[in-house]
Amino acid sequence: MPDSQGDIDREIADIATAAAKAVAGGEPEPEHVSRDYPPYRSSVLRHPRLPLILTEEADTELRGPVFGVTDVTELDRDLTRHHPGEPLGERITVSGRVLDRSGRPVRGQLVEVWQANASGRYAHDRDQHPAPLDPNFTGTGRCLTDDEGRYHFTTIKPGAYPWRNHVNAWRPAHIHFSVFGTAFAQRLVTQMYFPNDPLFRYDPIFNSVPSESARQRMIAAYDHDLSSPEWSLGYRWDIVLDGPSATWMEEGR
Amino acid sequence: MKPTPSQTVGPFYGYALPYPGGGELAPAGHPDAVVVHGFVYDGAGEPVPDALLEFWQADPGGGLDGEPGSMRKDQVNRSFAGRDLVRFTGFARVATDADGQWAVRTFRPGATGPGRVPYISVCVFARGLLHHLYTRIYFEDSASDPLLASLEPDRRATLVATAGPGGTHRLDIHLQGERETVFLEFR
Ligand SMILES: [Fe+2]
Repeated sequence: MPDSQGDIDREIADIATAAAKAVAGGEPEPEHVSRDYPPYRSSVLRHPRLPLILTEEADTELRGPVFGVTDVTELDRDLTRHHPGEPLGERITVSGRVLDRSGRPVRGQLVEVWQANASGRYAHDRDQHPAPLDPNFTGTGRCLTDDEGRYHFTTIKPGAYPWRNHVNAWRPAHIHFSVFGTAFAQRLVTQMYFPNDPLFRYDPIFNSVPSESARQRMIAAYDHDLSSPEWSLGYRWDIVLDGPSATWMEEGR
Repeated sequence: MKPTPSQTVGPFYGYALPYPGGGELAPAGHPDAVVVHGFVYDGAGEPVPDALLEFWQADPGGGLDGEPGSMRKDQVNRSFAGRDLVRFTGFARVATDADGQWAVRTFRPGATGPGRVPYISVCVFARGLLHHLYTRIYFEDSASDPLLASLEPDRRATLVATAGPGGTHRLDIHLQGERETVFLEFR
């Protein structure tokens, strides 16, 4: 019999209880996901069982690829202008800063986004959700961060969509983000969520991050100052890249 | 500051992240070009058709400065223009195909310092993988590399490509299982 939402809820709750107990017992609050997270069924065969190997000889990983104006176009950041017509949905602006762990801006680096349309459908052939495609929306964008580490996108608010992890599984609305730091070891692919989504508690991907405070770091804030009069609603979301201490102590890059 | 947690790349990155020529770091037909290739497998030994791999490496002289232009865009119509055949960018990105296979055409990286053993750094993303994984591709086993030297022979072998005909080098990535790849963390 396929898993029900109740089965998934119980597994999520059991793992959360164990994680809270560990923290109460003196373990540090976890900052990242557990790759081994059975409520997300696809993770079961796709995570290493052996511990990661800590390596200190890592000159290559402490540097990283460089992107420049040749790698983006000015229009790439405005996902509402990639087709002749206007996409359907709620127009939003999403902006924030990319920082390293010591709070310094990550300058001139590439940020890529992709997302479903307002109906919750991706412009991807394998997305078979019977919601309408929007001929005026593809849902991919990119930009370089500025000197303060700021990125900026104009898009439409993505819809929630169903998936087949279990019966009646729905993803909370999200925008996928891919971010580069100055070191390859700072690479991040994640998802930005919207405040107060009622689907958070049911979603094993969102809940694969075991601590509440860490989950909050994936949720954008509605920012009225970022909203444009009679044009778009604004969301602010800062991104902090993890990375080896040698990276964030290094000056000047 | 506390880091933003990772989330899986999911199943639908395919129209957003891979790009034409993403795996072509070296021009076709260049006498020094090598093809590095392999499969990605899951814990049941099944090929993974929805993984995304990124590669970052030194240039043939060992330089790690990188150059822009890995994803050059046509500024007229926003299509991908391909690399410029002059600058070596050091970065490649390829998705596995329906068979779970990937390939990159590149130059062998040079040593980044005296006594350093060259390698290509690899970052693995996949549907089902909640947080990316780092590994490396070495072209030969070497006791003078501290990472290789620290590993048992069977684990070490997961990082060393096997040379094949015509300048090809094969390395399979096993996300889990008996032949699980050595994955790395940096601190
Ligand atoms: Fe998604």
